[in-house]
This record gives sequence, C-alpha cells and structure tokens, in this order.
Amino acid sequence: MNVRHAKTCLLGALALCLVISCFADRINGYWLNNLYDIGISIILAVSLNLINGYTGQFSLGHAGFMAVGGYTAAVITNEFGALNFLAANGVFVVALFAGGLAAAVAGLLVGIPTLRLRGDYLAIVTLGFGEIIRVVLQNVQYVGGARGLSVQHGWTNFFWVFGLAAVTIYVIAALVNSTYGRGFIAVRDDEVAAEAMGINTTKYKVSAFVVGAFFAGIAGGLYAHSKQFLTPSGFGFMQSITFVVMVILGGMGNMIGVIIAAILLTLLPEGLRMLSGVNHLGWIGETRMIIYSLLLIVLMLTRPQGLFSFKKRSH
Amino acid sequence: MKTLHGQFFFAAAMGVSLLLTGCNKPAGSSAGGEDTIKVGEFASLTGSEATFGQSSHKGTQLAIDELNANGGVLGKKIQLITEDNQSQAGQSSTAVRKLISSDNVVAVLGEVASSRSLEAAPICQQNKIPMISPSSTNPKVTEVGDYIFRVCFIDPFQGTVMANFGRKTLKMNSAAILSDVKSDYSVGLAKFFKEGFLANGGTIIAEQKYSGGDKDFNAQLTAIKAANPDGIFVPGYYTEVGLIALQARQLGITVPLFGGDGWESASLVQIGGAALEGDYYSTHFSPEDTSLAVQFFVKHFKEKYGETPDAMAALGYDSAMILADAMKRAGATDGAKVRDALAATKGFHAVSGNITIDANRNASKPAVILQIKDGAFKYVETIAP
Repeated sequence: MNVRHAKTCLLGALALCLVISCFADRINGYWLNNLYDIGISIILAVSLNLINGYTGQFSLGHAGFMAVGGYTAAVITNEFGALNFLAANGVFVVALFAGGLAAAVAGLLVGIPTLRLRGDYLAIVTLGFGEIIRVVLQNVQYVGGARGLSVQHGWTNFFWVFGLAAVTIYVIAALVNSTYGRGFIAVRDDEVAAEAMGINTTKYKVSAFVVGAFFAGIAGGLYAHSKQFLTPSGFGFMQSITFVVMVILGGMGNMIGVIIAAILLTLLPEGLRMLSGVNHLGWIGETRMIIYSLLLIVLMLTRPQGLFSFKKRSH
Repeated sequence: MKTLHGQFFFAAAMGVSLLLTGCNKPAGSSAGGEDTIKVGEFASLTGSEATFGQSSHKGTQLAIDELNANGGVLGKKIQLITEDNQSQAGQSSTAVRKLISSDNVVAVLGEVASSRSLEAAPICQQNKIPMISPSSTNPKVTEVGDYIFRVCFIDPFQGTVMANFGRKTLKMNSAAILSDVKSDYSVGLAKFFKEGFLANGGTIIAEQKYSGGDKDFNAQLTAIKAANPDGIFVPGYYTEVGLIALQARQLGITVPLFGGDGWESASLVQIGGAALEGDYYSTHFSPEDTSLAVQFFVKHFKEKYGETPDAMAALGYDSAMILADAMKRAGATDGAKVRDALAATKGFHAVSGNITIDANRNASKPAVILQIKDGAFKYVETIAP
C-alpha cells in the first residue's frame, strides 16, 4: 500500500529483469520476440489506461504517439555506428527518452486544442491526429517515406522492455494513487462536479495526455529497436484500436486487468499460430485471424465491464 | 494496493512467460538432423495484398511439390513451412523469427511487398540464413546484407524499361505521371521513369499524385488532360489503376496509360473493363511466352490449381527452384555454403527468364511488356537488361 513498499517491488522487478536479461540469449528467438511484443503492449496499454481508463478521455491516437517515439529514437540511434556494450545502452536510453519526450510534446499539442472537447468529439480529434502522424511520416523522405525506415541497431533487450514496463506500471499506479492523481479519477467520474470542487480539469486532461504519450513514445522506441524496421502503415488506426481493445477488455482503469489483457491479446494470435502446427488443426492457420476476431466479439459480449473486473469499483 | 498488486502480478507474469519459453525450447532444438530440408516461407496470405501473396505461395508450393516428386534435393525431401503475415507491418519479423528459431529452417523465401521483405531481411542476415525474395522490387531489400537475394528485377530497371518503351516503341514526346505517394514502389518507379524518359529526350509535362485507397481521381486527371500528354504513366496497384482508367476515359482522355507490375491482377480488368483497352504494363512473365520452361510451368500450374499463373506465381516458383539449384551446387544446406552458391548463380533457366545473380544479389533478367486487348493480357515484347 505505501509508497516505500511499491518502490521495493519496483527495484525487485528491475533486478529480476536484469538477471533474466543475462540469460535471455538462451531463450528461443521467436519467443523472445513474443516476450518483447508483450512487454511493449503492456507499456502501451497501461499508458493508454491513464488516458482512457483513469481520466475517462477517449483517445484513438495512441499508435500515433508510438510512431513519434519510435521514429525519433530510430533517427537518433541510426546516427551511430557499432558501439560497445556500455555506449550502446547509454545511447539507447537517451534515444528512448528523447522519443518519449517527442511523443509527450505531441501529446501536449493534441491536448491543448482539444480541451473543450469531450467523449466522441475528442475520440475523433485523436483519431485524426493519429492519421496525420501516419500521413506525415509517409511523406517525409528523410525517414524513408512510405517505404519505411530501417533501424540499424537491435538494442532492445529483455531488461529494457520489462524494466521499462515495470517503471511504467509503477509511475502510473503511483500517479493515480497519489493525492494529485485522484484528480484524474474525479475528472472521469464527473467533470462538472470536479470543476466545482476546484479541480483544474483542463490541466488534468492535458497531463494525462502528456504522460500517456510519453510512455507510448518509449514503447515506440523499444518497438523500433526490436523490429528494426518501421513503416508508417504499422502505426495506423487499427493499431490504436488494438490498444483501446486491451484497455476495454482489461476493464477501464483496472491496472491488473489491462496488463493481463495486453498479454492475452498479444499471445492469442501467436498461440493460434502454434495450434495450427498441430496435426488436424492446420485449418486454424488459415482462419486464425477470424477466430481472433470472433473471440474478441464473444469476450466483449460476455464481459462488457472488462474481463478482469470482478467487483464494482469503489470510489 | 493497486501498485503493490501490479508489481506482484508483473513478476508472476514474467515467470509464466519464461515457463512458456522454457517449454518451447526442447521442441525447437530437437528439430535438426531429420530426413527433410526445412524451408520457410512468409507470405501475405490474408489482408490487403492477399492476391499477390496467394499467387506467390501457390507458385512456391508447386515448385516444392515438383522437386519432391523428382526425389527432392540432396536425397532429402523439402518441407515448406508457410507463415502468414496478414499484410501487416510488424508481423513479418515475428513470422520469420518463428521460422528460424522454432522451426530451424535452412532458408527463407518471401515476400511480395518490399516493406515486409525489409522487415524480415535483417533477421535472416543476423542469423546467417539465406533469404530469397520472389518479387520485392525495391533496391533497398538486398542492400540489407550478403544473405539477401531476389529473383525479380528492381524498380529502376522497370521504370527505365517503361521510359524506353514509351519513348522509342510508342514514340511519345511527352508523358504525364500519376503516382501513389503512399507506396514506395510507385514513387520509385515514377522517379526512374522520369529520369529515363528525360534522358531519352522526352518531356514530363505533368506530375500528379494520389494516395492508395483513393476512389476519386478527377482532380488529378483534369490537370493531366489540360497538359495534353502523349501518354500517362501510372505506376500504381491494380485497384486504383482500374478506377483511374475508368475516370480518365470518362473525362475524354484517349492517350494510352502504362505502368508496372503492380497492374498484374485479374481484378484489374474487372475494375477497369473496356477503359483499359490498349494500355500497357511491364511485368516479369507472360503465360503466352512460347518457351518450353514457361509452357511446362503453365501446364503444371493449371493442373494443380485450375487457373493460369500470373507473374507472382512464376516468381514464387523461381525463388524455390533457384534455392534448390543452389543447394544442389553447394552440396549442403549450410547457410554460408548456400549463400555462396546463390551468389554464383549464372544463367539459371527460370520460368521468368534467364537469371544471373549480380554482385548486389539482384537478378539480372529480361522484362516482358504486355498490352490489354479484349480484356486479356497480350504479350508485346521482351526487353533484355
């Protein structure tokens, strides 16, 4: 409950990541890649949860923030040649941080003009923002335009992915549970009442966007250095929807639920891919994305409150 | 409390994921030393480029079946393991990592789209697994490293061929370009067409752009009509090209349209219909080619799938055949040896023309020009490199 306890947990998680990272080369490359995807999804879903879940603002532009962070980090690291272990990790952290900052600035840019918008209208503006980012990237030749950008270094490793996922979880959980952070939940529950109580709703909304975008930018940087190739089409509207689905499926504002949903939704297509390798189940390979979509529909119909919300939230 | 739970949960999640990987590892490592040669293929079997992906996959599968029917390679049967990437960014790297790490394939075949080949190429290069792209025409693909090859010609060649064809064969003095800014393929072709056309003394009098997925091209076409060119170069994909042809004819534009292998699809004529009559495009292969290799391939393809193969199918077929040829010459399936053998390929009799792999691991081979007549693709001429 108290902050010191949570900090100990964070340090423990970081140490564990570091230890596992030392043995990561023993993990099969395919599964390691899936683990990275999971970690990156967790960061994205948890950061979107701050905007969509805790603050109640419907954002459909998360892939756009991710793209800003990913491209920024990639452009920075592409400036460097081969580096030794320490220098590489140093540059990588700086690049990730710069990517996060660039995304946060983008978050600020979306946040400020959209202050007066709520609900559906905000969703449309953020959707538009995401598309603008994609189209701009498509037309900027410096980052490869529509062809995409090759990322020289595959510096993403287990420690950075899961260490940063732990940091993201810690920061957002600590933020929401702090005195200041109660304001986010107040904005979600009743904006008018919150304003009447003297809460600066505008400031809260913008800061939710900025913090959420920052972590999305970091996730983008990790993604860039894991896939080693970025195309604007990879950051489209459907990608944003995937993250929104993770948040909704996990239960808006339910941290643990959102994390489980992020893991589940990332593993599901790969699990189905594996099943298709089993005898007599080859048909799953051809229909796995249909099964995936059907599962989503069934899950949403049966657990509209979120897969992992078992009790009514107490405010 | 949430904070605390989050951390605990997080540690548990990592434990579970590690368990998963732990379980998977033995299965992966026991796969070596069998009587089959495992070859991986990643393809866009679903999603926006599925027609290309399916065609290419059918060609590859046919080649593997034929090789196995003739006793396989090096006394072993070839097992083709195919993974779908849904035509989506980010999926190819996962698919290729699975093929290399879990299935232990000795070589990778794929992709049609250059952006997805570019995603997979660094992984193959790092693992020293030879990768052959059947039909990614962007020059960047093979620049990734010395394990990356292709069996198709590259964008500059196609753009230049169409520039020469337009200027010399069709005797055009001026041309307009209508390219898709969303597609690097289209932008690349347009660039090399422009350079080639200007170098031959022609003029480009209009350059208009659209974005893949657009439905209305009247604004661009009206501007092109005002410029009154002798021909319009449309290096896009078939969906938009069909619509562009329809709208151009409605606007009263009568000059021929011409483009690259992105036109190659039966859907082109379904969309464009009579509006496309007399238009030209360059491609890798024509089923009307009378050479023995082509006629055998077309016959076998029709027997197996009941349809006429297109260029993607021919290239998919060639990618598998050239790999088998390299393995035979190398006498091994070892990555480095196969790579060297592939790099030394000279005058290989492929369905899509004789292939020589050049110093940049690109295929040096002829292009075919087709014309649309009575709703069918008619062979016009073959242009050597």
